[in-house]
Amino acid sequence: MDFFDRFAVPHPSFLIYASMVAIGLTVIAVLVGITYFKKWDYLWREWLTTVDHKRIGIMYLISALLMLFRGGVDAIMLRAQLAIPDNKLLESQHYNEVFSTHGVVMILFMAMPFIMFFFNFVVPLQIGARDVAFPRLNAISFWLFFMGAMLFNISFVIGGSPDAGWTSYFPLAGNDFSTSVGSNYYMIAIQIAGIGTLMTGINFITTIFKMRAPGMKLMQMPMFTWSALISNLIIVFAFPVLTVLLAMGTMDRLFDTKFFAIGDGGSDMLWANLFWVWGHPEVYILILPAFGLFSEIISTFARRNLYGYKSMVASMVVISAFSFFVWAHHFFTMGQGALANSFFSITTMAIAVPTGVKIFNWLFTLWKGKIEFTTPMLYAMHFLPLFTLGGVTGVMLAMSAADYQYHNTMFLVAHFHNVIIPGVVYAMLGGLTYYWPKMFGFMLNERIGKWTVWLMSIGFVLAFIPMYITGLDGQARRMYTYSEATGFGPLNMVAFIGAGIMAISFALLVYNIYYSVRYSPRNIGNDPWNARTLEWATHTPVPEYNFAVMPQVKSTEAFWDAKKNGHEIFKGKIEKIHMPNSSGLPFIMSCIFFVFGFSMIFSIWPLAIISLLGILGCLVYRSFEKDHGHYIPVEEIEETETKLRGAK
Amino acid sequence: MKLKWALLAMIFTVAAVLSGCEPLLVLDPKGPQAKVQADDIMLSIWIMSGIVIAVFAILVFVLVKYRASKQSADYEPPHIEGNMLVEAICIGVPIIIVIFLSVMSVKSNYEVEATPKGYEGQEPVVIYASSSNWKWHFSYPEEGIETVNYVNIPAGRPLEFKLYSYGPITSFWIPQLGGQKYAMADMVTTLHLAADEPGELMGRNANFSGAGFAENTFDVQAMSQTDFDKWVKEVHDTAKPITEEKFNELLQPGHLGRSTYTGTHLEFSPAPEHNHGSADSDKDSEEGEHHHESSDSEKETDHSHH
Repeated sequence: MDFFDRFAVPHPSFLIYASMVAIGLTVIAVLVGITYFKKWDYLWREWLTTVDHKRIGIMYLISALLMLFRGGVDAIMLRAQLAIPDNKLLESQHYNEVFSTHGVVMILFMAMPFIMFFFNFVVPLQIGARDVAFPRLNAISFWLFFMGAMLFNISFVIGGSPDAGWTSYFPLAGNDFSTSVGSNYYMIAIQIAGIGTLMTGINFITTIFKMRAPGMKLMQMPMFTWSALISNLIIVFAFPVLTVLLAMGTMDRLFDTKFFAIGDGGSDMLWANLFWVWGHPEVYILILPAFGLFSEIISTFARRNLYGYKSMVASMVVISAFSFFVWAHHFFTMGQGALANSFFSITTMAIAVPTGVKIFNWLFTLWKGKIEFTTPMLYAMHFLPLFTLGGVTGVMLAMSAADYQYHNTMFLVAHFHNVIIPGVVYAMLGGLTYYWPKMFGFMLNERIGKWTVWLMSIGFVLAFIPMYITGLDGQARRMYTYSEATGFGPLNMVAFIGAGIMAISFALLVYNIYYSVRYSPRNIGNDPWNARTLEWATHTPVPEYNFAVMPQVKSTEAFWDAKKNGHEIFKGKIEKIHMPNSSGLPFIMSCIFFVFGFSMIFSIWPLAIISLLGILGCLVYRSFEKDHGHYIPVEEIEETETKLRGAK
Repeated sequence: MKLKWALLAMIFTVAAVLSGCEPLLVLDPKGPQAKVQADDIMLSIWIMSGIVIAVFAILVFVLVKYRASKQSADYEPPHIEGNMLVEAICIGVPIIIVIFLSVMSVKSNYEVEATPKGYEGQEPVVIYASSSNWKWHFSYPEEGIETVNYVNIPAGRPLEFKLYSYGPITSFWIPQLGGQKYAMADMVTTLHLAADEPGELMGRNANFSGAGFAENTFDVQAMSQTDFDKWVKEVHDTAKPITEEKFNELLQPGHLGRSTYTGTHLEFSPAPEHNHGSADSDKDSEEGEHHHESSDSEKETDHSHH
């Protein structure tokens, strides 16, 4: 029985048992459903083994939406617990686990795959490529991310969730103070997903540098592709730090090494430093693609070219460089002295300058435009004022002496939600609405979409603005409860109501998808938004090979040029197209990674060794495998093209 | 748009009413360090409000003026690449603001990291504040006293809190006297504070440290020097001495009420040797760092000028 004890949840409650049952039933229902409708073969052929960047993108999207739901439920639980003083809804340990998973899930398993979805779906189409540089590696990236995410998500029903915050500071996350396997899940699940992310970085840098359409110079790339390039460069520089950090944390927890231990030469602040050396650039990995999407959306619906293209690119380059010189602003209060704090205070504030340039450029893009308030545009127009508010509070936090008062309070919590929600989440949802027709051939309902945006902004303001106030009134973050005498009660109730309104807004988004699947018209053509860049020049739905003829590009807005100035994008005749083969290996290897991770988390060494050998076996097999891809013959392409043109 | 403004106005009114009853803790300083910080916060709020209002105004203006519904159907927006002068202004103005805030920030950094202004000449009260799950232990080496979960301080004298931890990283915070600082297991950090007036204040650990974190608070009583001396004498008359055995018992995880002892645990369980962040800490290693960092920060300022 000793062996099985380790899988028990250390702090069981009714909610957890209910979730176990729900998860079990859902899994059974899905398996039975697939079998009943005889979809196993379809699933394996078209999805599990695919190397098509569009399909991989859609799988990232589905994962991100699922994780948004998971992280959102966590958020509602947190706000409900804090809604009234001395609330007994969650106990302290449970609350700690919920906010720890909320942070990890939202940043690493919701926002990251969401931007990966955009990288995958949009970048190759925007630069006129037929796939990414390394399609098979791309599939491995996705499946490693997916297995990492799933591994992390089972923690709350098997063995217990991490309970040391999403930052997982040692020594709190060490064996002495975090006794369940929760922090093992943190170290290993994020490691597996992180390896996938690192590969994505390499893949997309190569794709963008080597696979642009003939004629497209670097300074003619659409702004989203620029943001993707810089974001992936940051990934390649920052993620190795995370890899090393998690490896050290894993060794501290599993093998009793002393990197972050109390005494024996260990250093607790080493974790905090390394974490934020990765963690701060990570924030820009998320926000730059969001900026890129807003640039596309604003330019499309202002019916104007993007103002200050060059300064937009330059500002992103400056932001990415500075992002590596600000990490200590996450712990001004560590006691490193006035000089070090002054350095990091100034570098942090300096980032406001390039960010401000971007805000002004968007405003000038609207100037003399012909602004149409579609749903994506509405997201962008709510983003601008709300993000500005989040940005200026960031400058306030950058003032290190004052930060001694903001640090660890709800003021900080308000600030980073104020940049991440209007910044990243609005970009993701706006971008999703924008690219939806390209993916699925019909549009999301505009009326429901606009309701979603308004409700989300109202909910957001109610949920997070009060936190600025309670923070200044001394409410520390991560407190599972507070007494009535503190006076935090009313504003926390307002925040809870705001969170509820945001939940309604997300429900509306889901309803919109259902509604639009049923009722949206299907004959919308290739370019429903009257857009400007290459991805709208090809058919909807996009054929497997993306472009039958390689596009020719002469400006930043190739498709707009074609529409307005008669520029000919598709010159030449159709030739046979070389495409990569599907492969089951990425999926199989990632499954073995899942087993490896699980056995490491629970210290089941024989299984860990066997699965490690399995992973090595997959790598060896791939090294000797001969796979030269396949050609799509001209007749087949012509047939597809005729069919797609007819569908218009 | 109107709906949004009405809503924002409503929210701020509600917020103002709710918070108006009592001033917010951080903005109601009772000591010189908290005053520096509150002044910085208020000044930055005003400057930032200016920026937010400017951006809102431009946004509303362009959205109203250049809406598609307001324009003729055949209006074709022009192609504009960008304008050097406009972009120079968009970079220049933020740079000026950032330089101004940087100067302010650096100045305040040196103020909060030193003996509080106006208290320079006086002998500071040194108090070792160490945390254990989930309590605070205060040792007064000069007075030979130790307390748990409460700290009495003389008003009108500079205070030097020496912080360290017997467990996870914690953060020592008395909002009305000044901002927080970390207490860690392998080094001692120094927090310079002072209380202007006698009074009762709230203190807490602000850094998440596990299951008992929410209740990890302590009471602060600022009193006149005479009352403080009287209290010290009283403790020596009535309290029992702290022993190693008793102290180890106190260190056990959990919550405790207030208690008082004579002597300090520093005698048998001294604070970690490595000092950090104090004005009088070991000079050699600090100087090496100074050199390196000042050259870095010069480079950074150069950068932002161009």
